[in-house]
Formats: sequence, C-alpha cells, structure tokens
Amino acid sequence: MLPSLCRYHRQFSRALLPLISRQVELKLLSSSTHVQRAKYGSATSERKKFYRDVTISQGEGGLYEINLDRRKLKTPGGKLFTVPNEALAIAVATEWDAQKDTLKFYTMHLTTLCNTALDNPTQRNKDQIISAALKFLDTDTVCYRVEEPPGLVELQKNEWDPVLDWIEKRYSVVIGSSFSIMGPQIPEETKETFRQHLDSYNFWSLIGLEYVINQLKSVVLSFGLIDRHLTVEQAVLLARLEEEYQIQRWGNVEWAHDYDMYELRARTAAGALFVYLSSESATTKKKILQD
Amino acid sequence: MAVVCALRVYRSVLKELRHLQGSEYTQSMAYTHLREQFRNNQVTGERYCRAQREALHTSQVYLCLLESTRLHLDLHQQYHARGERGPDEVARLVGLRLPTQPGGKGWEK
Repeated sequence: MLPSLCRYHRQFSRALLPLISRQVELKLLSSSTHVQRAKYGSATSERKKFYRDVTISQGEGGLYEINLDRRKLKTPGGKLFTVPNEALAIAVATEWDAQKDTLKFYTMHLTTLCNTALDNPTQRNKDQIISAALKFLDTDTVCYRVEEPPGLVELQKNEWDPVLDWIEKRYSVVIGSSFSIMGPQIPEETKETFRQHLDSYNFWSLIGLEYVINQLKSVVLSFGLIDRHLTVEQAVLLARLEEEYQIQRWGNVEWAHDYDMYELRARTAAGALFVYLSSESATTKKKILQD
Repeated sequence: MAVVCALRVYRSVLKELRHLQGSEYTQSMAYTHLREQFRNNQVTGERYCRAQREALHTSQVYLCLLESTRLHLDLHQQYHARGERGPDEVARLVGLRLPTQPGGKGWEK
C-alpha cells in the first residue's frame, strides 16, 4: 500500500521537475508535494516524530481534521485529511499518538486506509471496486477442499462448512465447496446478489471491505466478519486454517507464524473497523424513566 | 458465538491504551470516547439489543487492532529490526580476523 503511494507520489513530483527553473526552485520547496514527501518520508529513510500533541478539530461540512501540534495533517496526495465521523478521527489520532521517536507507517493501518479513500490514487469508482472484490469469490479459500490428509479434511469440514451454511442461508445464495483444482462453480445469481448488497455500501466502506477481502483472501469470511457473525481472531484463524493445522503438526515458528498472524489480524481489524465506522451513524435516544 | 463479557473487553482496551500512552491515558480522547460508548450502551430496555451487541463487537475489533499492532511491532523489533552484521563481526563469530593492509588498499586514501 505504502510503496504504491510513494511511487504515485514520486511520479507527481518528477512531472513537475522539468518545468521549473532555478528561481522557481524555492517555490517548489514550499509546495505541498515537497512537504508531503518530507512528512511521509521515503521507503528507505525513517521520519522522526516531529510533533508532540495530536488533537482533532471539526472543520467545514462537519468533517473532522487531525492536528499534529499546530499543523493540519494532509494526505500523501496533498489534500487535507478529513474524516466523516468522530470515532474514526479519534482512532486515527490515537494511531499517530502511539508513535514513539520514529514514525512507523506500517503500523498505522487506519491512516493508510483513510489516505486511500481520500486520494484514490488508482482512480477507481464503486463498480470497479465491487468487481475486484467479487473476483475473490471464484477462488474463495473456504470453497477449496483437500482430499488428504484426513485430519485436515475433517478440520475443513468442521470449521468451514458452518460458515458456508450461514452465508448461504443469510443471503439465499448457492456457493458450495469443491475438491477439484478448478474450484466451485459460482452461479451468476449469487454474484448478482452480492453485487447488489455491496452496492448498498458507500465508497469509504467499500474501500475497507475490499481491503479485508484482500487480506483474508475470502469473500465468505469477510462477509462473516462484517456482518458480525465472526470475530477478527476467528476469521483470521479460518483464513489460515491449513497453516494452523501444519503448525499443530510441526510446531510454531514465532518469528514467521506469529509475526504473520499478528500482522494479518491487525490489518483485518483495521479494515473491519474502517467499514463499521464509515457505514454506521449512531444516535442516542434517551428514554425518560417513569416512576 | 462465545459469551463475551463486556467488562473484560473494556478493561483490556484500557490496558492497551495504557501501554500506548503511559499513565495519562485517562486524559486521551480515545478513553473519553470509549467510556461514553460503553456507558451509553449499558442500560437497554430490550432483551436482545442489537445496538449493544454491535457496540460490543466493534470494541472487540478495536481491542484486536490495538493488541495485534503492539504484538506485531514487538515481534518485529525482536527478530527483524537488527539488520545484517558487518563482515568484521561475521569473521569474529568464527574466530577469524579480517586481514589488514598497512598503508591502505590501492584505491583508498
């Protein structure tokens, strides 16, 4: 995510370079691209923490902004970083606040997601995102079953079948699992149902949802998580079922297995939280107690 | 699926916030917001309150996010942050020393 943003960003600044002369160079130093490159750093060097306090403020249109000391946070594309609701703004502010000494952008998943939603560097619209998300349905993890070893077959049947049954019942679709290398044959009505359901989410939620599907490599598990049928830990466990089976058989390697598992959990949790906070609006109605 | 206690989730998130922010975590926005959310959803007139369960699930997801970023960062610092050893150190590991050429090599000053 971040490398592609850096590339996009470097392209932008390289395009400006041939057009400027010595005198304009000074102006370039204060332009937004240079500041963005300075703030987000490059892929090789690390940025030091240059602020002390992180606060949020409400700007025009009811959108929330993040302030680092006195400066307003901007996206890598140069836009002002605005968030539609307060809870997401608080979560992003907590992420920035959690950095110590150096800025580690690979731990700031919510910030990255917000930047993608605001900048849209690959210029995608809703339909393209929905098609990209549904493409994972043809190669959904939960639908690919093995025939041996018997322990894994049993595990797949006990863990994945309930989730498949749940989603088939909830959305009234047919998915099914398959033992062949070609995978399951997903009927068109299933895809149409999911497409219509995904269309009901707004752009920001779709970015988050596609991110979760990308991480878990499964549409079924992502829907299970977003519809709150599974917790993040359960969804990640089901997505890595074969790996867990092998770990139980051959042992756990902390610096690889645990490392990957925590990273996957963090990214999936960030994506799911992003979807929840972008798609819901909360109002509290207080009932007066009648004595 | 399993029965989850709201109090447990609340205290775990507070612990995570304390890890992040030190002892003044009670003054942070996240703490205030979290406390407000939990208090608002505490009393409900319904037996199966959807908003309450959804809020609990959201807080579980946030707890998972905080916990796993912290553990991921810890593992990274522990195993993957040190970079490579220089040729001097590698030689010392097996008990050898790098050869020295007094006067420097031809191309060095």
